[in-house]
Amino acid sequence: MESRSLTLTLGPSADRRRPLALTPGEDLVGFISSHVGRAVLFLITATSVLAVLLILLFVILRSVPFLRDFGVGEFLTSRLWRPTADEPVFGALTLIVGSLYVSIAALLFAVPVGILAAVFLSDILSWKIRNVAKPVVEILAAIPSVAYGFFAVLVLAPWMQRRFGFSTGTNALNASIILAVMALPTIISVAEDAISALGRELREASYSLGATRLETMVKVVIPAAHSGIIAAVVLGMMRAIGETMVVWMASGNATQIPHPWWDLSQSIRTMTATIAGEMGEAPEGMPHRSALFAVGVVLLLMTFMLNIVSEYFLSRAKKAAGKS
Amino acid sequence: MPATAADNQATKSDVRMMVTLNRQPTPNSKTPAAECACPVIRSSGFSLYYGAKIGVKDITMEIYPCSVMAIIGPSGCGKSTFLRSINRMNDLIPHVRTEGLLEVDGQNVYDKRTNLINLRQQVGMVFQKPNPFPKSIFDNIAYGPRLQGIRRKEELQHIVEQSLKAAAIWDEVKDDLRKSALALSGGQQQRLCIARALATRPRVLLMDEPCSALDPIATGRIEDLIGQLQSTYTIVIVTHNMQQAARVSERAAFFCLGELIEYDRTEKIFSNPTKKQTEDYVTGRFG
Repeated sequence: MESRSLTLTLGPSADRRRPLALTPGEDLVGFISSHVGRAVLFLITATSVLAVLLILLFVILRSVPFLRDFGVGEFLTSRLWRPTADEPVFGALTLIVGSLYVSIAALLFAVPVGILAAVFLSDILSWKIRNVAKPVVEILAAIPSVAYGFFAVLVLAPWMQRRFGFSTGTNALNASIILAVMALPTIISVAEDAISALGRELREASYSLGATRLETMVKVVIPAAHSGIIAAVVLGMMRAIGETMVVWMASGNATQIPHPWWDLSQSIRTMTATIAGEMGEAPEGMPHRSALFAVGVVLLLMTFMLNIVSEYFLSRAKKAAGKS
Repeated sequence: MPATAADNQATKSDVRMMVTLNRQPTPNSKTPAAECACPVIRSSGFSLYYGAKIGVKDITMEIYPCSVMAIIGPSGCGKSTFLRSINRMNDLIPHVRTEGLLEVDGQNVYDKRTNLINLRQQVGMVFQKPNPFPKSIFDNIAYGPRLQGIRRKEELQHIVEQSLKAAAIWDEVKDDLRKSALALSGGQQQRLCIARALATRPRVLLMDEPCSALDPIATGRIEDLIGQLQSTYTIVIVTHNMQQAARVSERAAFFCLGELIEYDRTEKIFSNPTKKQTEDYVTGRFG
């Protein structure tokens, strides 16, 4: 190649006057691709928004006849769930309590471990190890829940029966432990983001005043990142409350509220497991099927609320990180 | 509330606090020109490397008590690196290695046995960007004293008041010490950070471009404050602003490419420097 041919003359192109308005007459392909592209993207976005609204609408509509006949109060407060009895009773209280029970118990295990792990990842491990360790933690979220369920039924349940002498190995404790492990990646990942987003300034201020690493963590970093940490916990709760397969396999599926309330060795049943387990046996048009949809409405409302709460704290965390 | 006993105790401790806070850090500190006093900071052949990269090289200098020493020089010349070596803030950066000697009060800072907590309580620091904790004004100032184990409310209140007064911000915030420090303006935040550094009662105050994020009015107030503080503290200030160095400092050091080019009285550095490089820099002909 001759170097001569590469010489370029740069400068404003005066030879062509280009129209600024994009009209089909001037540039048909450009006009169509611009407008069609925009329309396609809009449709895709609209579909996902619509899907959420339609799901909510569908589930509510399907549950309305049942709730009208049976009564919302009765549905939410009765402890009896006897869908196949001659005189069926649909009290969802045990299911709602069961869902909350295992989720909260799971958080009791997962939150301390998750926050410590987040601190460890963000402030104690060196960058090199952290860049390997964080993706590995996130892989935990990619394990299919049925695999966790297998572990719960085949390993954890018999071990608990042998070790602690529980009457059944599939119980609230088993389900909570597995749910905790499943919620951990979410909690660690979101909390770690919040803690490391705080930047160096606050940590340096604390160290320069003679604080140790622990003091800096406990008194400055964790309080400053509290919004993000709360968001992490709420997202973990969402993960736990919506989980189906594991609780179905590990919780024992007994419709009861543990008594005494702290006894995790009793079996319980969650809303998700009930819907998944009974939908196939509830014929179309029967109150049983509508009742399951009503349970779905309760579940949806709970996860929507948790979602709103987590969004709120995440946006606050973003603001806090931007400020400091 | 239990009445007189507690009150008496509070007064007693108040008196003690007054005495200790007003105490001059060294016996010689009233001597105006500091040549005769022992240096507070002494560095001799001190070098710092980031891995293979040189941060500062072979720095030998003495910094005297109760004076302001300004470090000037182009960006990336090691000014901040040297400043942060004095309270070992560079420890947070991986692969940092040092050579030579750096002493504060005759004790080697880079000794293996150095207690970083004691060192940093003696050598306070103010950063380039105001960095108050997202806590109340009171809790910001009380952070250091609380770390030192001071728990009594009256004592903390006294330290907070004295520190805020020393940093010339007391009148602006005295009515709402419970307010978040983040609600203050940038200049107020920076004076709050100075007050926070003073609350641990250091001997040395390191300032890393403390005015570069502030407007001229806030800058003026910080400079006035530096003038007031120099009778009690040894201040080392890094600045990009040569007028500021000329205004506030008694001595100045010119750094370039990690080396100390010249260290002398500030008026000499600015009016009649020995080295050509220094002259080029201070007259704006740096090349």
